[in-house]
Amino acid sequence: MNIAKPNSYRSGPDERGHFGIFGGRFVAETLMPLILDLEKAYTAAKADPAFQAEMDGYLKNYVGRPSPLYFAERLTEHLGGAKIYLKREELNHTGSHKVNNVLGQIMLARRMGKKRIIAETGAGQHGVATATLCARFGLECVVYMGAVDVERQQPNVIRMAMLGATVHPVQSGTRTLKDAMNEALRDWVTNVHNTFYCIGTVAGPHPYPTLVRDFQSIIGSETRTQMQEVEGRLPDSLIACIGGGSNAMGLFHPFLDDPSVEIFGVEAAGHGLTQLHAASIAGGRPGVLHGNRTYLLMDADGQIQDAHSISAGLDYPGIGPEHSWLHEVGRVNYLSATDEEALAAFQLLSKLEGIIPALEPAHAIAKVMELAPKRPRDHLMVVNLSGRGDKDVPQVGDILKGKSK
Amino acid sequence: MTTRIDTRFAELKKDGRSAFVTFVMAGDPDPATSLEIVKALPKAGADVIELGMPFTDPMADGPSIQAAGLRALKLGMTLKKTLDLVRDFREVDNATPIVLMGYYNPIYIYGVDKFLGDAKSAGIDGLIIVDLPPEEDDELCLPAMKAGLNFIRLATPTTDDKRLPAVLANTSGFVYYVAITGITGAAAADATAVSAAVARIKRHTQLPVCVGFGIRTPESARAIASHANGAVVGTALVDALKNSLDAEGRATGKTVNAVAELAVSLAQGVKGAQQAAE
Repeated sequence: MNIAKPNSYRSGPDERGHFGIFGGRFVAETLMPLILDLEKAYTAAKADPAFQAEMDGYLKNYVGRPSPLYFAERLTEHLGGAKIYLKREELNHTGSHKVNNVLGQIMLARRMGKKRIIAETGAGQHGVATATLCARFGLECVVYMGAVDVERQQPNVIRMAMLGATVHPVQSGTRTLKDAMNEALRDWVTNVHNTFYCIGTVAGPHPYPTLVRDFQSIIGSETRTQMQEVEGRLPDSLIACIGGGSNAMGLFHPFLDDPSVEIFGVEAAGHGLTQLHAASIAGGRPGVLHGNRTYLLMDADGQIQDAHSISAGLDYPGIGPEHSWLHEVGRVNYLSATDEEALAAFQLLSKLEGIIPALEPAHAIAKVMELAPKRPRDHLMVVNLSGRGDKDVPQVGDILKGKSK
Repeated sequence: MTTRIDTRFAELKKDGRSAFVTFVMAGDPDPATSLEIVKALPKAGADVIELGMPFTDPMADGPSIQAAGLRALKLGMTLKKTLDLVRDFREVDNATPIVLMGYYNPIYIYGVDKFLGDAKSAGIDGLIIVDLPPEEDDELCLPAMKAGLNFIRLATPTTDDKRLPAVLANTSGFVYYVAITGITGAAAADATAVSAAVARIKRHTQLPVCVGFGIRTPESARAIASHANGAVVGTALVDALKNSLDAEGRATGKTVNAVAELAVSLAQGVKGAQQAAE
């Protein structure tokens, strides 16, 4: 595809929320006035030093930032190539990168005077982060979660309840993240006067993909500084898993204009790309869903297809619109890892580094296992360890038991 | 250009009555029964027919209409077959306006230009695309206008006076006022609030204003129709259809009549409004 390269990969979206042909605002009229209000509120907040100062305080003392950049010495030795660093987002309060974005959106909701927060969640990490900050600021919290995910992510369902949130198991459609997002949008359409929709990834109508990216970009900004401190230069490659793609966007964005940095996003290939999977770029094409145009899994008639991944957090038939654009302009290389590969990586990292990763970043680790041995020993590779595996321990335990029988 | 929709509303105006607008899902529960239902609607009193285009993820619709779409998709309904259904309907009825209602993605995948050409030749008069606000007019609204199709916009309780002109700018045929903030089939529409909202919209446009969402009974249809140029009923008709199906979700001998009979009583409600208003 012959697409003109931009002067900067970091300047998007345009004023109408488009990254190339992707993004936009494809929502019901009921929501449009609120989305325009949100855009205004976000623009004002960005220009207000008090907003950032307040965020910085919570990021440091409540979330626990900066998260460490850890040299994974044993993994590096084992793979015998690139020097592998883990960006430890799993050490954040609530156990994943999700809290960075939720903090930002809750601060915005407070500025806008909204008292009721709704969210959708797949694996439950975004739901837990939202429930946590709602508890902290005394806001009502309602979380929509597919009934299938409620079943496979019980620890997070219990955590949300303990934090005072109401969890609605969604029975419609495929009963996973896509349907949770539909239900959240329906709730928002119904309760638009008092409700703030806290979207968990870099998707949805403009300005969500932008504001979520901005709140997550702290991951990449810290990585830049930390790598300069430890190695005195920029990393040579970055790698992160992608469902909607917020942890990846957060790591990638501050490096997009550094041509020396290779960037890899890893989608979930599920049972394999010719079978059930959740790899929207590898197996999908551009379409319109959930407020934006982006790569989607769909049939010939434009009906959305079921996604599958072992990881509830990646089990979504779409991807953030900025990723779709970065794919088409060729700045980011999108790969995919199967359920099996992710499980193997999950076990390898646990045994070699004493770090049990969530199944989501295990997909990124799986590709590190492939890429790192092919790189020279002075190659600096950063993988975003976006979440910890506590929530997945029962599920993986069951799978491994089943295997040993 | 005068469209079937313009002609129909001009006739209704001359007769001094409001329109009864029906919504059913194309292909629900199967393509053949669906065609029979659509054919039965004008005889039952429908002045305008909205035909749902099935979509897997109808995010502004309630459970009834979502289930109707999924029933249709399960038996292989597609956008092309929806156009075929309208073409077949046009063989027996060349006067009743047909408006397609749904979501953008199936049209985007079909190809906008190809879709508009095929829709026009099939005998479709207008489009209501829930997830295309005026901010995205370039996508389909402007090409549809050029192709001679009405693009009917939704106005809602959150559409304030400042925003209304933008919403109405490229709207033609009629304005669809959504009586509630919510999904289809949810809360009941409040006739007093609707009356004020319709008057507000009328200050900005000459177009007829039809009101939908939350109208289920002949009584509420009458109340709404006395304040608006039309009352739209969808979920109640879809529910009547669903209740006529067998345990496997297939059409029975009662299905077409179940929808038609409810339509007759709703149409009487709307006609009653004319008497009340006079």
